[in-house]
Formats: sequence, C-alpha cells, structure tokens
Amino acid sequence: MMEQCCWITTEPLEIEEVTKRVIRREAGAVNTFIGTVREFTKGKRTLFLQYETYKDMAEKKLEQISKEIEQRWPSAEVAIAHRIGRLEITDIAVIIAVSTPHRNDSYEASRYAIERIKEIVPIWKKEHWEDGEEWIGDQKEVRPGVPLKEEIR
Amino acid sequence: MNTLLFFAGLKEAIGTDEVRLAAAGMTLGEVKEKVRSEYSLDQVNNCMMAVNEEFAPEDTTITEGDIIAFIPPVSGGLNPCSHSIRKSQYNH
Repeated sequence: MMEQCCWITTEPLEIEEVTKRVIRREAGAVNTFIGTVREFTKGKRTLFLQYETYKDMAEKKLEQISKEIEQRWPSAEVAIAHRIGRLEITDIAVIIAVSTPHRNDSYEASRYAIERIKEIVPIWKKEHWEDGEEWIGDQKEVRPGVPLKEEIR
Repeated sequence: MNTLLFFAGLKEAIGTDEVRLAAAGMTLGEVKEKVRSEYSLDQVNNCMMAVNEEFAPEDTTITEGDIIAFIPPVSGGLNPCSHSIRKSQYNH
C-alpha cells in the first residue's frame, strides 16, 4: 500500500518524516517549507495557538492540492503534514515537501501549496494573546459578490 | 436525518459542534438561512458550505443522510464566502 502523502495529526511534526516521502532518484531538488508559530504579530504577543480542523475533509483537500501540483508540475511529488491542537511558540504547524527534477519547479510548487492550503483547507487557528483570544479568519472583511482575484485572471 | 457540523468561532457561538436536522429536500441555502435565524447568527453568511466533505453551492438539494458542514473562513483566507467559490472547487 502506498504511504499517505497528506495528513493531519495532533503529534509534533518531524521534518524527516515528511521529506523522506518525496525523496527519489529522479529528483534533484527537494523544497521543504516549515510553518512555525510566531510570537509577535504587528507588535501583539501570542502566548500559544489552538488549531482546529474538519479532519476528513481537510485531508481530502490536502490530497486535492497535491494532485493539482502534480498536474501543473507533472514531475513533482508532494507531501504535506499539518498539526492541530495546542501549539506553543516556535512549534511547527505545517510542513510541505516538494521534490522535482529541477529546483525552480520545487520553489514554485511549494509556494502554490501553502497559498492553496490557506484558501481551501478547513483548518482554523485561535490566537491566544496576552489580553484576549480570537479566531483568525472570522475577523476578515467579507464582501459578498466580489470575485476572487483568481476568477478575474 | 442530517448532521450539521460547526467549527471554530461558529461552534463556540452556537455552543455545539453538531446538530441533527431533517433537511432532506431543502437546499443548502435554506439550511443556512434556518441556522442563521434560529441562532440569530449572521456569522453564517460568511461561511462556505460543504456537503459530504466537498464544497457545494447553495442551490444544492440535500438528501437523506447528507452531512452538512459550515466552514468559517480558513486561517489565511481569501474571504471565501459562498458567493464566490471558484467552480473548480466543486469538481473534485
């Protein structure tokens, strides 16, 4: 059976565990993106984050992103792992590994993966600040009917 | 019967992550409106909707057993409100 390439876990993420799924003889480049929990955002101090997900759907959407990448960059292989639950400052929240024969594709595909995660994967984070807490995403201004930039490309 | 799932801020506002509702025959938009009025929650207007783990447009008709999820804007989000989900997102 093939190893799962995209998964959500409550356990600490291991970089090695994700990259080893994409390393192969045909690839000359492996790009690894590591998203970590940042302490200060615009001067505001985060104490810790709580991530929540709709797990089954999120794993499905991560698989979808991996397939989109393999269509755009046919020689790419992708592995994505996202951690949920309580994460402390500097903890790893997400790891994306992309391998391709040449380096340029691996950079582009990696960037594509993180942007798509932020668009379509049902994962939310609750910021716990020194002086309160807030679900990130909920506070965004919503303008119904205004097309996304992708739609008017 | 159908299961409605709520996440993140929406879950906290409603006070539960799951509600059972006989929604077969209703459209997704009608389910959304029912939740909005029942809980006085305008927040649902900002949600994308999913049926059985796939994003779905509001004119989708619900059938028996469908699982309906209210998806608040995701963490880095592009304000993906239901009006403007790309069509490609329905096709997977």
